[in-house]
Amino acid sequence: MSDIKHHITPALMMGYAAGGLPEAINLVIATHVSICDECRASLAEYESIGGSVVETTEAAAMSAGSLEATLALLGAQDRPAAPKRPAAHGVFPAPLRDYAGGDAADVRWKSLGGGVKQRILQADSYGSVRLLKIPGGVAVPDHGHKGIELTLVLQGAFSDDTGHFGRGDVEIADQSLEHTPIAEPGADCICLAATDAPLRFNSLIPRLLQPLFKI
Amino acid sequence: MPETATLDWTAEMAAIRDRQDQAAFARLFSHFAPRLKAFLMKSGLAPDQAEDCAQDVMATVWKRAALFDPAKAGVSTWIFTIARNRRIDLARRGARPEPEELPWTPEPAPDQADVLAMQQDSDRLTKALAELPEAQRRIVERAFYGDLSHSEIAAETGLPLGTIKSRIRLALERLRHALD
Repeated sequence: MSDIKHHITPALMMGYAAGGLPEAINLVIATHVSICDECRASLAEYESIGGSVVETTEAAAMSAGSLEATLALLGAQDRPAAPKRPAAHGVFPAPLRDYAGGDAADVRWKSLGGGVKQRILQADSYGSVRLLKIPGGVAVPDHGHKGIELTLVLQGAFSDDTGHFGRGDVEIADQSLEHTPIAEPGADCICLAATDAPLRFNSLIPRLLQPLFKI
Repeated sequence: MPETATLDWTAEMAAIRDRQDQAAFARLFSHFAPRLKAFLMKSGLAPDQAEDCAQDVMATVWKRAALFDPAKAGVSTWIFTIARNRRIDLARRGARPEPEELPWTPEPAPDQADVLAMQQDSDRLTKALAELPEAQRRIVERAFYGDLSHSEIAAETGLPLGTIKSRIRLALERLRHALD
């Protein structure tokens, strides 16, 4: 039985199934789905809607000779790979390991002060995604959001006004939420956080540091 | 749409996989390629680009036929995911990482009851989509054409969701149990 209580919303899952989300958001969803069977099943269902959309789309005539041209492309077929061994039991599921260059112990963290560390994994004009490491009992800097922010817990736990978030839980915050997540005592809390817009900080100093740290 | 539609596509996929049957591929092509072309044009591709991309997707269907698992997805769903990934590559707007693969591979002879159930669920979903009120159906279609941002996608699609999800959920539980 899984203890995950906070899941990907239907709208975001549909966006991920459709393939229209920023890379940063995609990474959080792929990582969550890797450890959440509930959302893996939900993704399969949203992808089925994609199949139905293709099925019900009014056909557009292919040009003459298109079948012959495609037949000429056909080569040998792939054989199914040998059954894979179950994934190694690390902190990071495979898609995150690809971006982080390894598991949690391999991350080259940069200090943000106050014991909080981060590592930016990907950033473009559509969003950004980073790893955060917060010591137990320490607050993540208070911030609001211009867009949405997804925060997925990979190790430890944090809590804020909206609830408790442990491994696999994802908090989805929009601009209406001003929150102060605090890491729970115990192991460092490691989160994967993605946003589709730059974060803005409510206190002056972090706001001045924002361009410097790209947070 | 006849209830047997996807049943036939699964049989064609098996013929492609087991016998490299080009006639079966031609039948699959004549149904899906024009729909893929239209789907890709609605996703913003120019007609000639959509045509090339549809051919490319169908060639991939041939190449990966052995990886298709009819107990896990309908044929149209599997073809959709190939087209979606190709469209993302072409758009060069950023990658779409996939979830970690589970150690399940297509079985040579999947349980026919599972295959049939998945086909019936997929048919039911397609029928439900076709029967949605026009405005609601447009929203779902536009989301899959990549025409809506995630903030514009309404969470409530009006589609009767839950059957395919619970079927996959059961398969996952069986797999987890087998791995323990």
